[in-house]
Amino acid sequence: MSTRSGFQYVFGTQSFHFSNLAELMAKASPLRSGDVLANVAAHTEQERAIAQMCLADVPLKRFLQEALIPYEQDEVTRLILDEHDAQAFQRISHLTVGDFRNFLLGDTCTTEVLQSLKMAITPEMAAAVSKIMRNQDLILVAKKCSVVTQFRNTIGLPGHFSTRLQPNHPTDDLTGIAASIMDGLLYANGDAVIGINPATDNVQQCSTLLHMLDDVIQHYQIPTQSCVLTHVTNTLECIHAGIPVDLVFQSIGGTEATNDSFGINLALLAEAQDAALSQQRGTVGQNLMYFETGQGSSLSANAHHGLDQQTCEARAYGVARTFNPLLVNTVVGFIGPEYLYDGKQITRAGLEDHFCGKLLGLPMGCDVCYTNHAEADQNDMDNLLTLLANAGCNFIMGIPGSDDIMLNYQTTSFHDALYIRKLLGLKPAPEFEQWLQSMDIMDKQFSISDAIPAPFAKNLKALQNH
Amino acid sequence: MKPPFVIQNPWETLKQFTDARIALGRAGSSLPTHEMLKFQMEHAMARDAVHLPLNGSELLGEIKTHLSRASELSARADLQKWIDQTITLNSQAENRDQYLQRPDLGRCLHSAGIDELKRSAGDFDLAICLVDGLSSIAMMRNVAPFLVEWLPSLDPSISLAPLTLVMQGRVAIGDAVAQTLNAKQVLVLIGERPGLSSPDSMGLYLTYAPNATTTDADRNCVSNIRLGGLSYPDAAHKAHYLINESRRLQLSGVQLKERSEVVDNTLTSAKSFLTAR
Repeated sequence: MSTRSGFQYVFGTQSFHFSNLAELMAKASPLRSGDVLANVAAHTEQERAIAQMCLADVPLKRFLQEALIPYEQDEVTRLILDEHDAQAFQRISHLTVGDFRNFLLGDTCTTEVLQSLKMAITPEMAAAVSKIMRNQDLILVAKKCSVVTQFRNTIGLPGHFSTRLQPNHPTDDLTGIAASIMDGLLYANGDAVIGINPATDNVQQCSTLLHMLDDVIQHYQIPTQSCVLTHVTNTLECIHAGIPVDLVFQSIGGTEATNDSFGINLALLAEAQDAALSQQRGTVGQNLMYFETGQGSSLSANAHHGLDQQTCEARAYGVARTFNPLLVNTVVGFIGPEYLYDGKQITRAGLEDHFCGKLLGLPMGCDVCYTNHAEADQNDMDNLLTLLANAGCNFIMGIPGSDDIMLNYQTTSFHDALYIRKLLGLKPAPEFEQWLQSMDIMDKQFSISDAIPAPFAKNLKALQNH
Repeated sequence: MKPPFVIQNPWETLKQFTDARIALGRAGSSLPTHEMLKFQMEHAMARDAVHLPLNGSELLGEIKTHLSRASELSARADLQKWIDQTITLNSQAENRDQYLQRPDLGRCLHSAGIDELKRSAGDFDLAICLVDGLSSIAMMRNVAPFLVEWLPSLDPSISLAPLTLVMQGRVAIGDAVAQTLNAKQVLVLIGERPGLSSPDSMGLYLTYAPNATTTDADRNCVSNIRLGGLSYPDAAHKAHYLINESRRLQLSGVQLKERSEVVDNTLTSAKSFLTAR
């Protein structure tokens, strides 16, 4: 039973009370260490199960009436409510959260229906329904949400699976970075983006790296895009200085205060998007924003307003979708065990993030990853990768041998990408696939060549003779 | 010799330019057996670094051994005494599992050792606080050689508080230690989050006038101190710079820029070998 003063649920002789929607959402969340750390998690398994039953009875309309963070206090709340499509919402306005799950799983809820509803669904509605869905539900519904984006190639088509080539180096050494790029390209990786996390984060360094990446893409005529994952203000400076910028990167969060801690706001993101669009560097499309998110970022900035971390994460997708991004990447296991303790929690969070992002209309990828102080290993990553690929995930990271020697964490490798493509018959982005074939890197049966393609061999030889 | 069924990559020569795991070869399209097992071994080492408890008396013994071997320090009875009188403390995290999930508890001192700390309080310039952090291996390998490099050139006018060793601690626990000892600065040496290729990295954090309202923005950090990472002389040089500048300006953190950095001017060309003509 829901009242203005909260939610009451009677189970046998016991009565449970949740004082507001935020508390109910938090207590209905599957267990994770970050919610315990924030002291918002259910205290017992039974309380969690009751909260989920109670949440299932909440009408979707209530999320439009009761903002989890007040409209006046938070520009993300304002964005979410101002952009809400009331017209499309009529189709689902009579549903409770529990009905909504049934609706999503139903056979009448097709890809087209989901696409027409995306702006009718607020991040909080997506978060709420995900909390009462099992992993198989998250996979099945996400698979129905097709989100395709384009810049120099086409990412997210059904039957395709892309990778970000991540050639990081602890001192940004150009030869070291180029070595990893070559390794990745010859392992058929890099169609989502070739994206470097710079070790030294300043404008000059980023310019150097952007020039280097642009040179490589032009020299080999690779249908892909480059990115240096620096702060949006650095990228803006690079654009103004005439440096070749394909994608604008930024980490974002689901509350104004989180974004403030990242040194950004919505106006700044819009300014950067406009500046990059004016460069007209895309050939087949103009999706050029690349966002990274991850559960726990709001709590870690003490900017969570008492919300659970998964709800904050879904609100970050509300921010992302305003900017028609090419790529949205949930960096699920990077933040550490105080937010996601073990392989089970990382897996659940990865599936939730992918589902919520897709439901809200985003081109979701996932950094399937873990740190060495988390209770996780390569087998957990194999599991999550296999689940996400079945759910229709747009892209993952590709890194030499799973070891990021700059950021000191483990993510998916070039080999992992080949594994999942082979297992499920998934192809790279079509333009990139064609390039791989024209370069004799990969044949039509997905077999990788044993030899080095001539143009690469020439430069490798020149390096050896140097 | 090439193992059967492994397809090697003809660009192995590139391995000399990066520690990244490139040109691993493949079995079908998967990792060859030896590479798969090598990775597991290195992950096991990183896991052990996190979970093996730091043996405090072994660490202090290691420091004393290093001191006695160092010509400039072996005669310093004050330093021998300083090590002998180390105060061992615990955070409020009761075990490793709790430590990993509750960083807040790792920042708070357990009441057990506070009385001894209070008895040792004085008017000190600098407190050195050894904290296990996320890698006991980092502490066992790096604390002693770092101290031997750093101590001889420490300004003799700087008065040192009693040495402290904190178990299950985070960086911020040094604030409470220094405040209780009444020290103006605290230098925390702590085991960093282990990487797969670097399970033994030590970090160094300097904080001026630490107190209950200190945040991470008030600290200066020197990271990746280990064999194969930042060398002990370089780390000691940076530590001296930070300590002296912090004393002079009476602050630490973002307002204290680290200008001891050697600027790398090698990145002048934006061309890599991939596009060299």
